[in-house]
Amino acid sequence: MSATTNSKAVGVEAIGMTMRFGAFTALDDVSVKVPAGSFHALLGENGAGKSTLVKCMMGFYHPTSGDMLVDGREVTIASPKDASALGLGMVYQHFTLVPSLTGAENLVISREKVPGVIDWRKERSGLAQFMERMPFKLPLDVKVAELAAGEKQKLEIVKQLYLGRSFLVLDEPTSVLTPGEAQEVLGLVRAMTRAGDLTVLMISHKFHEVTAFADDVSVLRKGKLTGTGRVTDLDHKAMAAMMIGDQPIAALDSRAEPKLDAEIVLKVKALKAPDRTGLKSIRIEDLGVRSGEIVGIAGISGNGQKEFLEVLAGQRPRDAGEVMVRGTTYAATRAEARALNVRLIPEEPLKNACAPKMTVAENISFRTFDIDGNGKPVNWISAGAIRAFSARLVEQFKVKTASLSSPIASLSGGNVQRAVLARELTGEVDLLIVSNPCFGLDFSAVAEIRARIMKARNAGAAVLLMSEDLDELLELSDRIFVMSDGALVYETPIALASVQTIGEHMAGHH
Amino acid sequence: MDATGIGLWGVPLAILGGAIRVSTPFIFVSLGEAITERSGRINLGLEGTLVFGAMTAYAVAVMTGSPWLGLIAAAIAGLCFGLFHGWICKFRGVNDIAIGIALMLFGSGLAFFFGKPFIQPSAPDLPAIPLGAWSDIPQVQAALDVNVLFLIGAALAVFLWWAFRNTRAGLIVRVVGDSSDAARAMGLNPDTVRLIATGVGGALAGIGGAYLSLYYPGSWTEGISSGQGLMAVALVIFARWNPLGCFAAALLFGGAGALGPALQSVGVTQGYYLFYAAPYILTLIIMIATSSPSRSLAGAPGELSITK
Repeated sequence: MSATTNSKAVGVEAIGMTMRFGAFTALDDVSVKVPAGSFHALLGENGAGKSTLVKCMMGFYHPTSGDMLVDGREVTIASPKDASALGLGMVYQHFTLVPSLTGAENLVISREKVPGVIDWRKERSGLAQFMERMPFKLPLDVKVAELAAGEKQKLEIVKQLYLGRSFLVLDEPTSVLTPGEAQEVLGLVRAMTRAGDLTVLMISHKFHEVTAFADDVSVLRKGKLTGTGRVTDLDHKAMAAMMIGDQPIAALDSRAEPKLDAEIVLKVKALKAPDRTGLKSIRIEDLGVRSGEIVGIAGISGNGQKEFLEVLAGQRPRDAGEVMVRGTTYAATRAEARALNVRLIPEEPLKNACAPKMTVAENISFRTFDIDGNGKPVNWISAGAIRAFSARLVEQFKVKTASLSSPIASLSGGNVQRAVLARELTGEVDLLIVSNPCFGLDFSAVAEIRARIMKARNAGAAVLLMSEDLDELLELSDRIFVMSDGALVYETPIALASVQTIGEHMAGHH
Repeated sequence: MDATGIGLWGVPLAILGGAIRVSTPFIFVSLGEAITERSGRINLGLEGTLVFGAMTAYAVAVMTGSPWLGLIAAAIAGLCFGLFHGWICKFRGVNDIAIGIALMLFGSGLAFFFGKPFIQPSAPDLPAIPLGAWSDIPQVQAALDVNVLFLIGAALAVFLWWAFRNTRAGLIVRVVGDSSDAARAMGLNPDTVRLIATGVGGALAGIGGAYLSLYYPGSWTEGISSGQGLMAVALVIFARWNPLGCFAAALLFGGAGALGPALQSVGVTQGYYLFYAAPYILTLIIMIATSSPSRSLAGAPGELSITK
């Protein structure tokens, strides 16, 4: 009844993988060898072809050409089913567990053969035996929806092992975990590869993870293999060079000295608002952001950051408390935002800050289309003025678009974000509220966007930056708060910030 | 003992009897809808299915003389309606709620069209079990005259509650209802599972309809359902998609529906007709009390279009 779990790790090799979608070559003659019991990292930017490669290996795609070897023997993998029959499994970036089922139910129902009537007593003892052999300790009788992100990630891995897989592809497994959880999960997985129970191919873009856990690394750029080798022989700089090539990277402005007595632009006091579920609420006791500083808010997604941003953006009603901008009450109306120079860059800009089917020019002019040069409302909207205005901004912010009248949804993620930045950072900015500005963008776009935010800070804007990327916060912020369970639980100036302590507060261990 | 001897005790007794009598169609429709909604679809067409089932059952019972054949015919008719809904909804861009409303009107219209010749003749009733035979009070006997379908419905509720946890089919329905992606990753086809779930839901609604025309009220008229199919859908949400909850909620609605006639029978002559509206008012109150603008319902299947 229980799946085979003592199967030994298998070695997997992809040879000359090529994948063309029409005229576009997503993967160009890539070969990767993952010996049995090794931990192999696959590095690359978004769109470099990492996912395409593993999807070809796992049978989701049929490569244009290329071969697969499992334990040295050539195999045909035409579908994910074939892959699982050979013991190859994949843990996706987004969870594939069913939230309303318990861990045990999730494990049992994912099996190939499930009896019509499930004998839970038998299953439970089987699962208990299986879990004894696992390095992970997990509550299996709790609904998956109630598990923490780290536990879900562990359960995903456990599920693959339960199904008898001995080669695992991990697709950015730590993107939803705290630094502590990431250490734990990867450490345990690594121990299993050391013991020869498991072979791992991990997709990542975090160098420190690769250095700490992987044996070998392969780097992809624009569909080509640009380098491979032992991790011990490569430093971060060498890996970065393989990953991004020789394209120029925007340098961050040096940080202007913060003035401790600068005006407090944003002041939040005793704010209370319902969260997404309506069962809990977020509470911000006291938060001030001064002109010329970046205040970062760290936290695992789902701890109230989104709701806080929505309150500041006027999208969510608040139960109590005050939001003040430059000493006046702020309710996020268009008039107030305009008068007080408040600008907002929400996460997933295409969804939250754009009208996807409207043109690039229209989207860029959302803040200004209805006023003339002197800030007076206009009666007739001038299409010519909109075009001229956005043409200037597109040029200035290097937005790559086929034309000003293309729908903004046709732009790449980085260019949508550039267009939104162009709109929000043009003119005087006193308060800038930003959330996860670089999520899913490639290296050069990330560097450029961070440089723009820093520039706005140096020009005197007060910046509130919410991010799930701790490295980003450490790079940009002057002060960091940690948000956990709807409240700001920790504050540290950047000079004293430690990843360890911040991580512990993110996990709610204090 | 004479018939009026129990006085005001007649009211709770009549409500109990009413609850048992009136709740049966609610039980079947809501259990059917619970299966459908647990799989991630909502079928508002069950009102039409209920009416069509009532007409089919009555017509077949009149023609064959067997209420059981009528019941089976109603279930088959309901199955067809459900499968039709499930089949249309698999196409891209089709909204299950809009299709449900269309099928509700279609089912009722079709039933009226085919049902015209059957308004006059009378059909044999489904059998009832006199559980009140031990008592010689006629009200007690009347209240405890329980139709077999009620007992089957109660057993079905318990069975479904068990099956959602302990059978492969039950777990698969829950998986599909909660996450299409997870289902696909397991190699399940969500459309197929939903097709079957909607079909079964329709069949149960058809049986509910058969009860209406073959037992209580026990004849075929065009106003036979008076929105019970729609109320059953509301009831599923109230019951948080739990079959046992559906059963309890159906009893509650049944009892509320019996309030008006019960008051009338003990001689309340003023304003009793207001109590005929009790089930509808109860529906409204429940919908308001259990919904909120700022959060989604706890326990709702993740793929359900109304709670997404």
